[in-house]
Amino acid sequence: MGKILLEVDNLTKFFNTPSGQLHAVDGVSFQIEEGKTLGIVGESGCGKSTTGRSILKLIEPTGGKIIFDGKDITNYSRRQMRPLRTEMQMIFQDPFSSLDPRQSVMQLISEPIIEHKLLSGKAEIEKRTLELMETVGLAKRLMNSYPHELDGGRRQRIGVARALAVNPKLIVCDEPVSALDVSIQAQILNLLEDLQKDLGLTYIFITHDLSVVKYFSDDIAVMYMGQMVEKAPSDEIFANPTHPYTKALLSAIPIPTIGKEKPVRQLIRGEITSPVNLPDECRFFGRCDVCDEAICKKCNPTLVEISPKHFVACNKIAMKE
Amino acid sequence: MAKLNDNNEVKSRSMAQETWRRLIKNKGAVIGLIFLLTLVVVSILSGFIYDYDTDIIALNMGEALQAPSAAHWFGTDSLGRDIFARILYGARYSLMIGVGAVAIGLVIGVTLGAIAGFYGGAVDQIIMRVVDVFYSIPNIMIAVVIVSLLGTSTVNLLIALCFTCATSFTRIARASVMTIRDQEYVEAAYELGLPTWKIILKHIIPNCLSPIIVQVTLLIGTTIIAASSLSFLGIGVPSPAPEWGAMLSEGRQHIRDASYMCVIPGIAIMLTVLALNLLGDGLRDALDPKMKK
Amino acid sequence: MTDKILEVKDLVVQYVTDDGCVEAVNDLSFSIGKKKTLGLVGETGAGKTTTALSILNLIPSPPGEIKSGSIMLDGSDVLTMDQEELQKMRGNDVAMIFQDPMTALNPVMTIGEQIAESIELHEKISKKESMERAKEMLKLVGIAESRAYDYPHQFSGGMRQRVVIAIALACNPKLLLADEPTTALDVTIQAQVLELIKKLITERDMSMLLITHDLGVVAEVCDDVAVMYAGRIVEIGTAAEIFNETAHPYTEGLFNSLPNLKQRGEKLVPITGMMPDPMDLPEGCSFAPRCPYATEACKKANPGLRHLGGSHYVACQAYERENFKLGGEQ
Repeated sequence: MGKILLEVDNLTKFFNTPSGQLHAVDGVSFQIEEGKTLGIVGESGCGKSTTGRSILKLIEPTGGKIIFDGKDITNYSRRQMRPLRTEMQMIFQDPFSSLDPRQSVMQLISEPIIEHKLLSGKAEIEKRTLELMETVGLAKRLMNSYPHELDGGRRQRIGVARALAVNPKLIVCDEPVSALDVSIQAQILNLLEDLQKDLGLTYIFITHDLSVVKYFSDDIAVMYMGQMVEKAPSDEIFANPTHPYTKALLSAIPIPTIGKEKPVRQLIRGEITSPVNLPDECRFFGRCDVCDEAICKKCNPTLVEISPKHFVACNKIAMKE
Repeated sequence: MAKLNDNNEVKSRSMAQETWRRLIKNKGAVIGLIFLLTLVVVSILSGFIYDYDTDIIALNMGEALQAPSAAHWFGTDSLGRDIFARILYGARYSLMIGVGAVAIGLVIGVTLGAIAGFYGGAVDQIIMRVVDVFYSIPNIMIAVVIVSLLGTSTVNLLIALCFTCATSFTRIARASVMTIRDQEYVEAAYELGLPTWKIILKHIIPNCLSPIIVQVTLLIGTTIIAASSLSFLGIGVPSPAPEWGAMLSEGRQHIRDASYMCVIPGIAIMLTVLALNLLGDGLRDALDPKMKK
Repeated sequence: MTDKILEVKDLVVQYVTDDGCVEAVNDLSFSIGKKKTLGLVGETGAGKTTTALSILNLIPSPPGEIKSGSIMLDGSDVLTMDQEELQKMRGNDVAMIFQDPMTALNPVMTIGEQIAESIELHEKISKKESMERAKEMLKLVGIAESRAYDYPHQFSGGMRQRVVIAIALACNPKLLLADEPTTALDVTIQAQVLELIKKLITERDMSMLLITHDLGVVAEVCDDVAVMYAGRIVEIGTAAEIFNETAHPYTEGLFNSLPNLKQRGEKLVPITGMMPDPMDLPEGCSFAPRCPYATEACKKANPGLRHLGGSHYVACQAYERENFKLGGEQ
């Protein structure tokens, strides 16, 4: 087993809203080994982005612990976080709004280098910037271009180059390909994979698209309404999905084949409600087909290990065990 | 790794260059811009051509109230002064007051607006309520009060007018800072570890400029009118300076026998404000991101 | 030709802007049979939405202009209709579902009123009757009748898209244009909405043009598929033909880019490069610069559609070569 790079323990983030306390993230725990990828999957509003941003301390967590590289950074101030920013970076979802439209490609990519004083001297910085552009597959002649002149794929490459500029250990990728066309998606996914191999990066890959994480992740965590409902190695979760929500999520993906045998679709009823003022019941209760009112309405299940490294939070399954 | 086939050369233009390119395609804006540039040049040159004491304010009763002619293109006023010279020379007052008041207002307004918009909460409440109070008093009233307290002089007029500008800039700056603040690239800047002041100066303010630039041109126009109105009322630039509003006021007594005394300064004010508005409209279109492909 | 609800022939649509002329749709021909669903597949900027707007004759003009071609809707040409006929046609014969359910609804009207309004526009019935019909429509799309008096902001994204569908179907159109109807929705909700659309169009004997970039959605719903690239159809045929006998290199590239067809560890094969600038299309075949099979000939002339058998057509010059097969010859 490799070294644990990041450990998140019982992370919570509550927001106060006019209608009550919103449990955006509610008791999420996981660990990531160096050089591995954890995929966090869920639908909009499940708290996956909030989790990612809390780890980077862009959002102050309400409770829990974040231990990065042996340091407990939960209560670090912004000033204390500053040096750590070179070790953990983020790739944003929207390549159109995550780049300052008034900066050229050169300025965008060199900004992290200059801000963290990683290099000094104009020539040095320029050399490193061009190196980064080559790494992410951006032609040199684009260095004076502006984001609005480039397509989504190239902009996302700028985002990747910016994240790489500080030689980070951990990159949180927040839906890095969901705004891109399929053919471009594949380019960026391949790029991220190559970079992981070459630079030994650790990824947290946040996405709503199970097919993307399947391709990419070592471990997968499925989130629903702020909680983790299932967590397992990637192959295991696809071969043996256990939580009813994971099953529904998997079968909801339309499969692009015709004439070949397809699993029967299991549609789930209803939609995610917002996690405000939650009673102590299973959060999937209203949409679940296998639930047992006597138990599921009374108790919010916790993760139980059903086979090595495979955790599920479901009352029914916990009872069987 | 995927290679990009970048065969076609890309011409790179910054947002400013892009805006300029669109602006010069707009006829109205170009006319406005040329008029204003000419006005600026003229008002500078007039200082070298005319001597203030002899050409602009010296009395020459022998030539009083002459209609426009080859000798006096715009005629002479009741004290025999050449109106053409006075109009050219007077451009500097209008421009100085317009630009000056707007510039001071801009600095104060954008600072307050940026603070209010960025921090929100109580800070925002306090700043905006003060601004609301100023906004609810008629502009001319504020100006009249300030000028009567401090006395009539060009500088006092400037101070009086910059209040109005500042309130208007505060509102605009606050609104655009609030939108920009939530953009992902600002979050990206946080995530990079930039200190707050740097984020505001480097990433937020430059991206709020579009509506502010438009407002600058339009406000210079309104301020010039306000300054002229105050001069017309006799509490603006003190006589005998050839301020357009003051000239208009002097011409009032001769509106029947020498109407050009009123008409010419009036046209000067109108054309300047029109040019500013044309330019402002052109800028608004040129800066509008929706026009972009 | 009575078995076709829609026949588009040689359609050319251009957008003329200050910076130049964009040929958004070029020589586009396709047809949709009655009770059939055609999937129009392509990436951003391929001209899919322009095609749909042309069918409603709703191209914003300026800058857009339908240069030539004809669009026969159930026997009459949409492009020669006057305003009155167009208004009758929209909603009555053809209805459209837009991608974003947030902006497609009026925030200050209750959803019942909005459905009723579209019924009243096309049928002479009283307010009360139309409201009754609106409630029926809501029930049909799986929303409780009692919610007819709620406002759009009280609904979630999936529910709003259901409302949009109810409005579109309120007047029993013959043809439904669905422009990325599920793209803005979560996967589990997408599955629900797709099932709903599928069920409703079979029940009501409707035809549909489904615009999407998601080949998975196409496989679920469509009978026929047209693949668009840079304003042209590059491959068209039945869904089985497109999916199982893929002929165009671009279609092949799209399939190879999909992560969900791959096993873990298997490498994705993306299409190199990016969509060409529509203002400055390369000469010859637009896909040639990105195509692994392209030869010099491809850069010279634009390929026409070539018949491959059945209803399968492909626009690719490589098929001039003997024994050409995708993946086989490189």
